[in-house]
Amino acid sequence: MDEEYDVIVLGTGLTECILSGLLSVEGKKVLHMDRNDYYGGDSASLNLTQLYRKFRPDQTPPEELGRDRDYAVDLVPKFIIASGELTKILVHTDVTRYLEFKQIAGSFVYRDGKISKVPSTEMEAVKSPLMGLFEKRRAKKFFEFLQNWKDDDPTTHQGINLDTDSMKAVYEKFGLEAGTQDFIGHAMALYLDDDYITKPARPAYNRIVLYTSSMARYGKSPYIYPLYGLGELPQSFARLSAIYGGTYMLDKPIEKIVTSPDGKFVGVTSGGETVKAKQVIGDPSYFLSADDGKIRVLEEGKVVRAICLLKHPIPGTDDSDSCQIIIPQNQVGRRNDIYIAMVSSTHNVCAKDVYVAIVSTIVETSAPENEIQPGLRLLGPIYDKFVEIKPLYTHTSDGKADNIFITSSYDATSHFETVVDDVHDVWNRVVGKELVLKKRDLEVQE
Amino acid sequence: MSKQYQFKLVLLGESAVGKSSLVLRFVKDQFDDYRESTIGAAFLTQTVTLDDQTTVKFEIWDTAGQERYKSLAPMYYRNANCAVVVYDITQSSSLEKARTWIRELQRQADPNIVIALCGNKTDLAARRQVSQEEAKKYAEEEGLMWAETSAKTGEGVTEVFTAIAKKLPLTASPAARPGAGARASPGARQGVDLNKQTTAQGQNEACNC
Repeated sequence: MDEEYDVIVLGTGLTECILSGLLSVEGKKVLHMDRNDYYGGDSASLNLTQLYRKFRPDQTPPEELGRDRDYAVDLVPKFIIASGELTKILVHTDVTRYLEFKQIAGSFVYRDGKISKVPSTEMEAVKSPLMGLFEKRRAKKFFEFLQNWKDDDPTTHQGINLDTDSMKAVYEKFGLEAGTQDFIGHAMALYLDDDYITKPARPAYNRIVLYTSSMARYGKSPYIYPLYGLGELPQSFARLSAIYGGTYMLDKPIEKIVTSPDGKFVGVTSGGETVKAKQVIGDPSYFLSADDGKIRVLEEGKVVRAICLLKHPIPGTDDSDSCQIIIPQNQVGRRNDIYIAMVSSTHNVCAKDVYVAIVSTIVETSAPENEIQPGLRLLGPIYDKFVEIKPLYTHTSDGKADNIFITSSYDATSHFETVVDDVHDVWNRVVGKELVLKKRDLEVQE
Repeated sequence: MSKQYQFKLVLLGESAVGKSSLVLRFVKDQFDDYRESTIGAAFLTQTVTLDDQTTVKFEIWDTAGQERYKSLAPMYYRNANCAVVVYDITQSSSLEKARTWIRELQRQADPNIVIALCGNKTDLAARRQVSQEEAKKYAEEEGLMWAETSAKTGEGVTEVFTAIAKKLPLTASPAARPGAGARASPGARQGVDLNKQTTAQGQNEACNC
């Protein structure tokens, strides 16, 4: 530990591992540490022993759940949106060679007390109970408008300006009902609340296009998922980093972030030893308290997540081996949507005939567990449930002044696009220029 | 009809026992005296011909240095069909370390994994600290294959990998084998292939308009 590094990275969550991998490829000398003895931080996938150690340290997992090693239970309920930015990073960095992906079987939306499949084909759309016949025609016109939109061809704009007109104006132009707006805004544009409606329509347009192009890519749902759980993602980027010279240390409690008298980052103390580096990047949990009294992270809100083990697929999903269910806020009188993400042994994350569903939402009251009841009720009998209320942290400064760069917590969105935004943001702050993804040279030799 | 079987092989062992050198010798028939730690190349493949009909392709995973501070990821062991656990015959402590790795493999890897214990650096036999008898006895007790090699001279290197190839169960059809085999050849993947879909994307979009 007597060497000096360019960058010390604290925490092996996906954000930190992508950054570590990209920095190593760039030639930076990286030391990557984690207080846990496993990879992944808050985006880890845990085996049964680890899961119980985290949530119920005084209990051992029941034997009937099967072998410990068959489990990889995600801590965050997220999927990879097929045409999104994370997919691009996976392909560009070539870490796909360590990973294998499967589709998520279906996406569902809750409406008027029951769940229906978000149509993935025109056939399904025609049959879908989500809209009446006339509404379907109006919706068809709306989607044709979005699909045909070309920025440089005003004849495709139908009098709408995506950058100045609100999404409300667009919905109204096509005469879409409130229920359809809910469906489009929440199940396709994946907005967690309704704030977007009064804002310019461009971001919503981009989100709907991302959704439909992702849906078109593999067919069943817009999502893909890595076999053996989301925890494989940070591991694969950690391997990328290690291959390019990154040093890895797990099980290293961090005692202190050392700063100089003028407040600049000096090094990190672990096990009584201080390692020096020019810069430090870390997840917010490593900066909750600072010896210099400086407040570096702020709580922005909380997410409640209930990891539920089931012995059956979720009722009403055609026995799907995996799915997402969105409960739009309007449907249950909330401000934020409730999400359910379910995976199963098809994805090598649990024993056969076990299903792992995570119900989550942004906390709005002082009784978060009650807030997810509408989601829990959809699951049928719950074999076991692990509830976690996680603060969402944001950093107070961009880190350029003190060389301390803090990533963001994993938010309540259903995919990793905001994680990639965070990667770009941190990269920009750390390196001082935009992240440009270069295809890395292949090293496979025949 | 000839058949090619593909297997994931992982390397384990203390730092500086010659894991990467062993692979470099096997794959490229090269040796570098001043090779330091493993950087940049941690994914190599090499094919062993067993007979006219059968070839075995190894997809070899190097530790990339992640063994140093207890930080090898579960992903490393996942679906490994075989492992070469290397020790340095001039360092008795490295055999102790090899035992730890073997216990780790027995805990984390597939129960049917084929493990070869490999004493490297026979070119330095004058400084030998680990006797052949001791290592061999341990290997027999644990049901491991055992051999000695010199990555520097090449002695015994190909033989170890060929012996492993012979010991691997070639009963399952190549495509049906889980893990490594399926991963390295896109055609055999069960899941979705991101790389493939990227190139096909243009077509996809055209169809959906």
